[in-house]
Amino acid sequence: MKQEFKVIANLLPDNTRVLDVGCGDGSLMNFLVKEKNIETRGLELDQNNVQECIYKGLTVIQGNAETELYQFPDQSFDYVVLSQTLQAFYKPDKVLNELLRIGKSVIVSIPNFGYWKVRTSLLLFGKMPITKTLPNTWFNTPNLHMCTIKDLYNYCEDQNINIKKVIGVNESNTSSIKRSNLEIKNLFSKLGIFLIG
Amino acid sequence: MPSLAGLFFWMNRKIENINKITVNKPLKLDCGKTIKDFPLAYETYGKLNENKDNAILVFHALTGDQFVAGTNPVTKKDGWWVTAVGPNKAIDTNKYFVICANVIGGCMGSLGPSDINKETNQPYGLDFPVITIKDIVRAQEPLLDHLGIKKLLCATGGSMGGMQLLQFCATFPEKTFSAIPIACSSSHSAQNIALNELARQAIMADPVWDNGKYFLKNTQPKNGLAVARMVGHISYLSEQGMQEKFGRKLQEKADYEFSFNADFQVESYLRHQGSSFVERFDANSVLYITRAMDYFDLTKQYKGGLVEAFKNQSTKFLVISFSSDWLYTTKENKDIVIALNASGADVSYSEIVTDKGHDSFLLNEPEFLKTLKGFIDSMYEKFKK
Repeated sequence: MKQEFKVIANLLPDNTRVLDVGCGDGSLMNFLVKEKNIETRGLELDQNNVQECIYKGLTVIQGNAETELYQFPDQSFDYVVLSQTLQAFYKPDKVLNELLRIGKSVIVSIPNFGYWKVRTSLLLFGKMPITKTLPNTWFNTPNLHMCTIKDLYNYCEDQNINIKKVIGVNESNTSSIKRSNLEIKNLFSKLGIFLIG
Repeated sequence: MPSLAGLFFWMNRKIENINKITVNKPLKLDCGKTIKDFPLAYETYGKLNENKDNAILVFHALTGDQFVAGTNPVTKKDGWWVTAVGPNKAIDTNKYFVICANVIGGCMGSLGPSDINKETNQPYGLDFPVITIKDIVRAQEPLLDHLGIKKLLCATGGSMGGMQLLQFCATFPEKTFSAIPIACSSSHSAQNIALNELARQAIMADPVWDNGKYFLKNTQPKNGLAVARMVGHISYLSEQGMQEKFGRKLQEKADYEFSFNADFQVESYLRHQGSSFVERFDANSVLYITRAMDYFDLTKQYKGGLVEAFKNQSTKFLVISFSSDWLYTTKENKDIVIALNASGADVSYSEIVTDKGHDSFLLNEPEFLKTLKGFIDSMYEKFKK
């Protein structure tokens, strides 16, 4: 399982109820069910991924998170997980509000546009960055609203969203991010994982 | 008294050698009348294992019957769901024990309007009580006791079969471990009621119908029943699917005949569907079953609406819809998912992308069949003892 999922799994207590928004082929859910006795539900757009989840015996609803989160009742999950998709929505702020409505807590991970390689690509070469976490070119990227760890941190504070924990991920290294080290972590983290709500 | 056996020409079919139970326990119908000691015809495929944990109940659709797989012994045609059920199929009868009962109101051995009314010694005709989906489902439940099945591995059905399934889950909450409602709805829409009304009016407008008493003349309102079937068939296809299949192609001719014969392939197809249907189905059964569908509204049955209907469900659901189905739309199927979610049930949902319309569940749709198989197999792993 990829490092990001390990970090997310560690944030989730055993025996809880988790909604995985954009659950892909269900690999995170499968781990959570088997290793942590977590009751999971997934929401996934892609038909092949939905089938994969069903083969694994996972509960998954085919649908678009942008428009179909309304079907989940208020506070019906202990945690809602959204992995590296926030930036791909037309209205990420609305989606974030929906996640906070459905979950008592929300875990959101974002590819960090403030990572130094991303910054240098634009600054030194004048080109849109292509990295491991941002593999697409400008014309075919699904990402509409790129942001940095600092942006999301500030956004949460502005919106009075309670930040419980922020973790920066760079390959296998993880570190805790606070207001005091935000500038430096924003430069050296490829990924930011936020526990909010 | 004249022998009433083989009274209708369509009943020249050999339906005596089919499996039946007699349900002795009186069943009080929604309309207030009671039926008892009535026949319920069924068929099974595969073997019930020792632990009795491999049973799958299939509910059939409006014009279906209990002959799901293999060859239908009455019509000599393929069972209506051979694409999905059989050895090594998505619902594998080498592994699972598949059960299907003929609905009451039908005409393949279960009590229906063509059966003899013991009070008059004549077929019921319109004296048959108006039944509901709930009546249909409650009439089938004794079959599970008869077969010695406490809890099903899975129950499934498409179209009206899906409606029966939703009713079954609401009425008998712990009877199945998992459920797959396919291309159905929790309440019949205005459009669907309208289409059913069209079918009924076509039958009733046929003078042969004679207020349902056609059996006295040993006949059946073939023309009206055929039109009713044509209406149905149009609604089972999609605009795009129909265009692709038929377009404006002519039927074995180079040019228009300048007549009202079936010039177009689509006309010929509908006529064929209509005429072959009258050989196997009773017109009054169509009236009764379509009425049962129209009355179906789970939200009305439960005061708190659909959410209340599915409360306290431990059944694991998989709802499946087809993108080009305009009879039981994705939206209607999603409403079921939303209600199940709101009631805290365990529900999966998949929309199969296809241009084959409502009929998709009967066809060889690989993505659909793969999803069906994946779900049932994974449920068996969880359920087996």
